[in-house]
Formats: sequence, structure tokens, C-alpha cells
Amino acid sequence: MDNSFKNFADENVQPKSFVFNNNNLVKAKEILKMYPKNYKESSIMPLLSIAQRQNDGWLPKKAIEYVSEFLNVPEIKVLEIATFYSMYNLSPVGKNHIEVCTTSPCMLRGSDEILERLKKLTGIGIGEVSKDCNFSLNKVECLGACVNAPIVKINENYYEDLTLQSVEELINKLINNKKIKAGPQTSRKGSEPGKT
Amino acid sequence: MIKKNNRIFNNLYGFESPYLKYASKRGDWKDTKKILKNKPSYLIDIVTKSGLRGRGGAGFSTGMKWSFMPKDGNKQHYLVINADEGEPGTCKDRDIIRNEPHKLIEGCLLSAYAINASKCYIYIRGEFFNEAAILQKAIDEAYEAGFIGKNSCGSDFDFDLYLHYGSGAYVCGEETALIESLEGKKGQPRLKPPFPANVGLYGMPTTVNNVETIAVIPTILRKGSDWFSGMGTKNNSGSKIFCISGQVNKPCNVEEELGVPLKYLIQKYAGDVIGGWNNLLAVVPGGSSVPLLPKHVCEDVLMDFDSLKNSGSGLGTAGIIVINKQTNIVKFIARLSEFYKHESCGQCTPCREGTGWLMRMMDRIVHGNVSEDEIELLEEVTHQIEGHTICALGDAAAWPIQGLLKHFKNDILKSIEKKSKVA
Repeated sequence: MDNSFKNFADENVQPKSFVFNNNNLVKAKEILKMYPKNYKESSIMPLLSIAQRQNDGWLPKKAIEYVSEFLNVPEIKVLEIATFYSMYNLSPVGKNHIEVCTTSPCMLRGSDEILERLKKLTGIGIGEVSKDCNFSLNKVECLGACVNAPIVKINENYYEDLTLQSVEELINKLINNKKIKAGPQTSRKGSEPGKT
Repeated sequence: MIKKNNRIFNNLYGFESPYLKYASKRGDWKDTKKILKNKPSYLIDIVTKSGLRGRGGAGFSTGMKWSFMPKDGNKQHYLVINADEGEPGTCKDRDIIRNEPHKLIEGCLLSAYAINASKCYIYIRGEFFNEAAILQKAIDEAYEAGFIGKNSCGSDFDFDLYLHYGSGAYVCGEETALIESLEGKKGQPRLKPPFPANVGLYGMPTTVNNVETIAVIPTILRKGSDWFSGMGTKNNSGSKIFCISGQVNKPCNVEEELGVPLKYLIQKYAGDVIGGWNNLLAVVPGGSSVPLLPKHVCEDVLMDFDSLKNSGSGLGTAGIIVINKQTNIVKFIARLSEFYKHESCGQCTPCREGTGWLMRMMDRIVHGNVSEDEIELLEEVTHQIEGHTICALGDAAAWPIQGLLKHFKNDILKSIEKKSKVA
């Protein structure tokens, strides 16, 4: 398995500074209240998550530094978390970050073909960002929605029950800046038995 | 098999709103105060008598697990809910969280009361962003209604519930890795003992339970232990959500009694195997970590902890992955090996090195690039990993391959033979 988006971005891409915006500063203070006062490390993961969301889906070095100062914990502890957990991206991702589940249950429903089609449609490979920064692509492990396989996650949403046709429709809409509907791309609502 | 009015999760598919107004119509939060008037030990007693076994995979008696929590002393106790669902083939907790969140929240309150935990964390996988938003809104509703918080439901019990997001690590589904992660560390499992009931989150007595286990607690306490143990088979009581994925015509989640025949589940609810029942090759009955069952076993095996164990597999999370004859079974298992290699936390050498070794070996078998004696070696290595690691991830990486070799070794050997003849 490759380590897409788990290596630090080049220095010339790294922003010079990072601070929480006002909204996230309020959120961060709320998060701190959730845990005992002498266990500030518990806030590392949620703070990194909001930092990543604020920074268009990836964590610059400055954000890791900032979270460590914010919590007054050694930077290595924050860095350790940022590299251990797969959801933290350490280099820039596209406006639409596409994650394709290819673990066995999805594989049985054709996820390998979905991945190949996505490469063709976006013109990029795994771990790459398109030139216009509209797309980035990654292969991920089980997303936990196996009865709705195959599944693709784009930013925060799951797109389920995909076919080669529906995945093409999704990407074309994104290329044309149109809204797409999350969830099953069939007449199903959720995990109930389908009609066909 | 299950009687319609015995189903616990009536909004499993989300046809109705998950929120309080509709949840209370479905019976959630009804007379919760009355239940809280009983002693904690009484609650533990009912849950023990109901025969409820943990729904996260291990199948340990929930009531007994609770009884391990210290009864005296004034230490802070914690209840931690494992919502880090990520076992391939399993997607039941997602439905509970997004469609029946109040069952989970009420379950948290009652379970926490039983083990004297005034604080509870729900550890939800980070990918479930939208599901977590629904759950958070439901938690806010419960606070506003006075069901949780200070003097929960008008009782003397103070209870706080927090939602903590994971960030993508399968191993955090292991309870001590989950505790480490909640403490803001890498998700690497702890050595046991000490067990979490004595030294858990922040060094305090802690019980970690699965989402489904906790979500059925309120109904058990309302309807009684006899009602629950009246469903299912002996020592495998109650109902359970089964996830049927893979090569079936209608993949779905469904709540059924434990002990329901596998064939019935697949045919009645999932629209049968693609290509018909005779096109079935094998089934992984309990999430990716349990050994597969060949077709002849699937004919009459019952879906409960003991029956599956006796058939050489396990109920696990009840994530049923159906594989038909058009599938390359070696490739299927090889993909699982890649999964375990990716998810190994790197702490124990047999797992860290072994999962990579298994993955590369399986990949070579897929491409027919092995000799016969290497198959024996592969089997031997799985036994060297199994049982030699701190947590069960090493076992979970070994079992699918052992299952494959147990039932499909001849097919693999045949394909090697063919290849060598061509060469």
C-alpha cells in the first residue's frame, strides 16, 4: 500500500503561518472542555481535524506546530498522531478529494473497475492532484458501508451503490460545478433490500 | 423467523426521522426515570440474565463484563462506546447511529448508571462525519430535554456524554487501542492485564462496549430478560443486525434472531446469491477476520456464536460476505491480506512483519508465482503470527488465509501445477 498524502508537502507549498480562525477558536475551546484538564493530549486528534478542514483538507507543518503550542504538548506527540492516522493529509488535496474503498466487500462489487474509471475521468492516478486542483484521488481501506458497495467518499460524503455509469455522471457534474446527491445513487434510501 | 413486534430497531433503514419527536413515538425514553429508580446491581442482573453477548465481535457476556467494574472506591468510572466500525463486511453501527441515535444515547445513560460511570465517550470513526452530525444533534436534544446531564431524567444521577472523532485506524476498534487513541496517542493496544475495568481510560475503571450492544439495553430493561432470551438459541439469545454484502442480488442490513439459518438470511432478505444458490462458492460469516465457510457448510449452518464456532468460523460482527463462483477466491483473500498489512499498528513484530509477508506471499499466489512447498510455508507462518501478538489483529490476518488453505488448497495447488506445465 502506498503512502499517498502521508508525506510532507514541499517547503515552497508550506504556508508561512497557521492560526485557527475565530470560528474554530471557539470550537477548539469547546473541545478542550470535553476532557480532564490534565489530559490535554486527548484534544490533539479533534484539533488536527478542524485544522485540516480549515486548511482545505490538508495539514501543513505550521498547523502541527500550532496545535502543539495551543495545547502545550511536545510537537512530536502531535506529529506522531498526524502520521499514524490515515485521515490526516500532509500534502495538498484537490477541491474534490476522492477516496475509493477497494477492500474485499467493495472489490466483490466492482470497486477495481470504479477506481480505473475514476482515473480515466479525472486524468490522475492514486496520490495525485489534477492540474486545475479540482480533483485528487486516493485508495482507502474499508469505509464501513459494505451493503452499499461499491462506495466512494468525496470530501465528507459517501456515494454508494455505484455503477460505472453513475460514477461517470457524478464526476461530470463535478467538472461542470453542479451539485451532487450523497448516499445511494439508486432508488434505495439506505441499507434496506433494493427493489431489483 | 423473528416476530415483527420483537424487532428492536424499527427505524433501521431511516424511513422515519431519527430525532426525538419520532424516536419517542417509537418508544425511546419511555419511563427511563422508573428504570433509574432501581439499584445499578439490579440492571446488571437483568442484562446478565438476558444472555446478551457483546455485539462487537468477541461475544462476551455484557452483564458479566459490567460486573468486573469495581463496586467501591470513589474513582471516576468511564463508559466508552466503540463506534469505530471498520471491520470489512460490517456496517450495522452506522445505521444505528444515523437512524436510531436515541436508542444509543438512552443505552449509554442506563449502562453508565449500571457501572456507576458519570462520563461516557462515544468514539466514532472520523469517516462517519455525517452520521456523527446526526448523533450530535440527538445528544443535544437529549440534553435539552433533561434526559442526560445533571439529574438525568429527573433522577439523582449526573451523566455527561461526549462524542470523540477517530481519524482512520482500524486497530482502534480494539478496546485498549481505542483507549490509547482517546488519550491522544497512537492507537496501539495495551498489554492485558490490567484490564480496562481496573485500569482503563486515564487510568480509571472503564468499560468499552460496542454500539449495538448498548443500543439494545433500553429495550431489554423495558421488556425484561425473559423476553430477550426468548429469542435466539440456547446461550445465543436475542436478535442481531446482520449485514449481507458481496455477491447477492439485494445486499442489505436486517435484524433477525440469533440462530437463523445462513441460507434463509441470504435467500429471504438478500434476494439470493447472484446466479442462484448453486452459484455460491463460500461465505465469510462474521466480518473479514473470521475464516470462510465453503458452500456445503453454508447449506445448514445457523448464525450464532456457538454454531459458527463449531463449524470452524465465528459470528464476529455478523457481517456476512457472500462470494460466488465467478470470484477468484485467492484474490479476495489476498485483498484482505493487504488490508491487514495496511492496518497493523506496527507494535508487535509478528504482526508488523508477518502481515507484510503474508500480503506479498498472497500476491505471488494470485499471480501463480509460487511453488508447492511455499504453500506449506505460508500456512506455517500464519500459525507463527496467530496468538503471538498483543491484540487480535495478528490472528485476524492469519485466519482468512488458514480458512482459504483449509477449504481451497487443492484449487491453489491445481493452478500451480497448471502453470508449471505451461512453463
